[in-house]
Amino acid sequence: MKELLKAQGLTKSFRLSKKQQQLEKTNQSIKVAANKISFSAYEGEIFGLLGPNGAGKTTTLRMLATLIKPDSGDALIDGHSIVKEPETVRAKIGFLTSELKLEEFFTPNYLFDFFSELHGIPDDVRDKRKQKLFGIFGIDRFAEVKIANLSTGMKQKTSLAISLVHDPSIIIFDEPTNGLDVITAKVVTDFLLDLKAEGKTIIVSTHIFSLVEKICDRVGIIINGKMNLCDTLEAVKDGKSLEDRFFEIYSAAVGEEV
Amino acid sequence: MKNSVFTIMKKELARFFGDKRMVITTIFLPGIMIYVLYTFMGDAIMNNFTTDEEYKPSVSVVNMPEELSPLFEAANLEIVECKEEQIDSVKQEIKDSKTDLCIVFPSDFETAVAEYSAADGKAAPNIEIYYNSSSTDSQTGYDVVTALLDGYESAMTNKFDINNTDKKYDLASDEDITGMIFSSMLPMLLLIFMFSGCMAVAPESIAGEKERGTIATMLITPVKRGHIALGKILALSVIALLSGVSSTLGTILSLPKLMGGEANGLIGNVYGVKDYACLAVVILSTVLLLITLISIISAFAKTIKEAQSYVSPLMIVVMLLGVTAMFGSGAKTDIVFYLIPIYNSVQCMVGIFSFDIVPTFIAAAVISNVVYAGLGAFILSKMFNSEKIIFNK
Repeated sequence: MKELLKAQGLTKSFRLSKKQQQLEKTNQSIKVAANKISFSAYEGEIFGLLGPNGAGKTTTLRMLATLIKPDSGDALIDGHSIVKEPETVRAKIGFLTSELKLEEFFTPNYLFDFFSELHGIPDDVRDKRKQKLFGIFGIDRFAEVKIANLSTGMKQKTSLAISLVHDPSIIIFDEPTNGLDVITAKVVTDFLLDLKAEGKTIIVSTHIFSLVEKICDRVGIIINGKMNLCDTLEAVKDGKSLEDRFFEIYSAAVGEEV
Repeated sequence: MKNSVFTIMKKELARFFGDKRMVITTIFLPGIMIYVLYTFMGDAIMNNFTTDEEYKPSVSVVNMPEELSPLFEAANLEIVECKEEQIDSVKQEIKDSKTDLCIVFPSDFETAVAEYSAADGKAAPNIEIYYNSSSTDSQTGYDVVTALLDGYESAMTNKFDINNTDKKYDLASDEDITGMIFSSMLPMLLLIFMFSGCMAVAPESIAGEKERGTIATMLITPVKRGHIALGKILALSVIALLSGVSSTLGTILSLPKLMGGEANGLIGNVYGVKDYACLAVVILSTVLLLITLISIISAFAKTIKEAQSYVSPLMIVVMLLGVTAMFGSGAKTDIVFYLIPIYNSVQCMVGIFSFDIVPTFIAAAVISNVVYAGLGAFILSKMFNSEKIIFNK
């Protein structure tokens, strides 16, 4: 199995403003959002980052997507450093998060073409891909409707299609099913399994146990910015349900710190 | 990858031109509004300062000297003779704008004038004229009567005249007058138009994209940050330029009307192709620089509103620099002034409008502006790379 992604000691801290310090009930001005996070993901696998809100999942994924730079540590994506070769890495990954919005003024069709052009995709390849992705998500029905007039589910589907314009080999999804109704969520999870079948590597972050149990091959549990456990799904579960195991690990980790 | 600048530009322009409301409010309205406003102001000013030619100011005269009576009758005045006791009531009528003037001659005016000698050291005979400067008709009557009396006075002791023939003594050509008026007013106006054109688009495109979270979507593509910055700056400059051209056309077409009759022949056609070409390059380089500056400031802001308030100090500086065109005589002749951003544009425009183009200075200004804009684009691309700036919430 080829190791497509290797994170080594990714660390990121943020400065807290006075107001944030009050909210977090702390007088420390620096919050370590990700503390020496290391893990590997292999070709054709779905890797799940599991953790409560504020554990550092999004920060870790943002570092992998080169949107923010780690304070220390590095990650290699298909052999390319996220710190030294961010542009090469960006060409290889697809990144989807609810924070990345599409310009409301344009239509899915226009944006698909625009992002294809930014990725330097030839027109004929782009048209084939568009037909396929728009077909899977049913975007063809609203391809010429401005994003502003689409429902949340339609927007999410469009974002998903657009994050894949360049057919990336590694796909990073931050909370892929958040805010979606059960039907749309199923379309998305099924699609992730299809991508896996095509041999893509997928990293998802989530706090939904059932999603992890359903699609993930490997799991990393992040609590308070630290990677507590990282192994195959079976090894992590250790014969129990994932939910029970998670709370065991969580109380052990938080108990240590308190 | 080279054409990603072009892709970004195309998207920015599609965004702008696809929105009819934005096109109308940014490009068409400014020119039309300025034209209508200036034309209206010009007409209003003209109407305010001219009176109906048929109108005869009504004048009450006390002790009208016989010698002057024919002169007054020849003038276009409605004359009412009255007694000294009536002066106070006539004054009240003037206050109420019912009568226009009250002229009170000394009772022995003609003898007093004949006996008067400047060498005596006594006061000269005094004529009192009551009028109301807030009424245009009264003011006009006052001017007519004082001119008439001045004429009468100088006719009695005329020793010499000044410019009292039909010759043309003011040797300034129409061109010179136009140059003077244009070079003092237009640099500031043009600068304001350029600035407001830039303000209409740059905060929207930079801070707006940040606010809506759409810029990050572009930042996860392999496009170089510099290309994004450059594509945005170029596209925004095109739009700001169109907006500036619209305002400028509105101004140049309506300026003769604003200036009224005094500036007949005040039109843009005294300038040649070369003047307009120079003006175009200067404006183009200035817009590039302004867009870059406003884009950088907008990139610091979290929202469009914040961007607009951050930009206002820059606006004040730009307007003050524009005002400098109204003072000082002609364009500066030291090349150093042409390296100061914005100020160099003002000086170039003063030079162009007063028919005093120095190619070296224009080149210095344009090149330095482009260099500053390039530096700015570099800074902007560095800012796009900074997580603090893009994700600062």
